[in-house]
Amino acid sequence: MSVARFWRKQPQRYNLIGTSCETCGRAFFPPRSFCPECRRDGKIVDHAFAGTGHVVTFTIIRTASEAFEHLTPYVLAIVELDEGARLTSQIVCTIDEVSIGMRVKNVFRKLGSDGESGPLYYGTKFIPVK
Amino acid sequence: MVGIVTYGAYIPRYRIRIGEIARVWGANADDISGGLGVFEKSVPDLDEDTITISVEAARNALQRRKIDPDGIGAIYVGSESHPYAVKPTACTVGEAVGATPVMTAADYEFACKAGTAAVQTCMGLVKSGMIRYGMAIGADVAQGAPGDALEYTAAAGGAAFVIGNDDPIAVINHTCSFTTDTPDFWRREGQSFPRHGGRFTGDPGYFKHVLGAARMMFDQVGTVPSDYDYAVFHQPNAKFPQRVAGMLGFSREQLAPGLVVPTLGNTYSGASLVGLAATLDQAKPGDRIFVTSFGSGAGSDAFDIEVTDAITSDLFTPGAAPTVTELLSDPIYLDYALYAKHKGKIVMQ
Ligand SMILES: [Zn+2]
Repeated sequence: MSVARFWRKQPQRYNLIGTSCETCGRAFFPPRSFCPECRRDGKIVDHAFAGTGHVVTFTIIRTASEAFEHLTPYVLAIVELDEGARLTSQIVCTIDEVSIGMRVKNVFRKLGSDGESGPLYYGTKFIPVK
Repeated sequence: MVGIVTYGAYIPRYRIRIGEIARVWGANADDISGGLGVFEKSVPDLDEDTITISVEAARNALQRRKIDPDGIGAIYVGSESHPYAVKPTACTVGEAVGATPVMTAADYEFACKAGTAAVQTCMGLVKSGMIRYGMAIGADVAQGAPGDALEYTAAAGGAAFVIGNDDPIAVINHTCSFTTDTPDFWRREGQSFPRHGGRFTGDPGYFKHVLGAARMMFDQVGTVPSDYDYAVFHQPNAKFPQRVAGMLGFSREQLAPGLVVPTLGNTYSGASLVGLAATLDQAKPGDRIFVTSFGSGAGSDAFDIEVTDAITSDLFTPGAAPTVTELLSDPIYLDYALYAKHKGKIVMQ
């Protein structure tokens, strides 16, 4: 990913900034600039998600691409945020800890790096709520 | 008066027992743990570093008190393991807590006392009226070369303190510092692991500077150890702070809440600040806390801190973020092979 492309997504990745529609109350992540329900009547504003949600489904990654090889085995899940939007994220826990429906919350972690000398990328992952 | 408005700590979930490290190097675990007074140490996860630890500590501080992030006019992060040689950790923290762009920021480096130097800077900016709130962070993923004595204690963690004038939960009555040019510990640019000057690390380093700053504090404020409820010292191991506390006339009881090194290890720039956070976790209004950090190279910063009624008021919600004791509970233990992977000590192909 280019430096510029990641930088533009920093508000999303660092602080889960999406959007919501003031007309119907739906929240969108990643952010949308158009409400599919209200269409022209929708009023879209920035929305900071609280960062809490639950695991909709998950998989255990045992064979990963080179950039994520050192993390295996790790949990990749679809998380539904409490405001309603869904996203794919790593769940930082042991592979026996995860379950469908498990409550999770956001944490700030390193997402990757561009080789040995390129930029480091940071953003949101999720951990189980104790 | 200037003081601590809120604070938060962060410690990674992984641990390794000192006995496991000793086993790999054929050393006697009981001798080493007994000599250091350290039994296990924290290890960062594969995706944790000084930036992520700083952000988590900063967010924990802001969970406990609703302050407007736009009011944070300065962020300073002290560490000897900033992920970038050039590009400040403090900018990422600022972005992640919503304090950018109207703020100043910089990374500090003064071995293990860079975090307390950041507290002093924020105090000055708040007192002069330049900023409303300043955030001072001390955090490290400490480095110790495989097989080196430092490997038994080099740990990961940090703490963040928001400094300001508005109803602080603890007033900082006074601060003073003692600094000299001493070759006790260093890491050259481009080197992965620090080196230490052997016998220099004890008397001419730690003890001379901690005693120098602590006695300067007693002189300047006109106090004696019995005027304080708690004392926190830099804790590279458990023996040094216990010995220096004894030399100054503090009791084991005064030292106990802030002595986290036996199960945490040495978090370098985080060490004295995590100790202060653990002490504040159980402090009551009116309690007086004596803090003296130490950074090799070398220097010590001393603080006289007094807890206010605000710590029990509805301005402050301690339960909104984990205490240091809670952060230390429920660890996942690693064997040396997994530990080496976590610390990047083996090269992955
Ligand atoms: Zn709508």
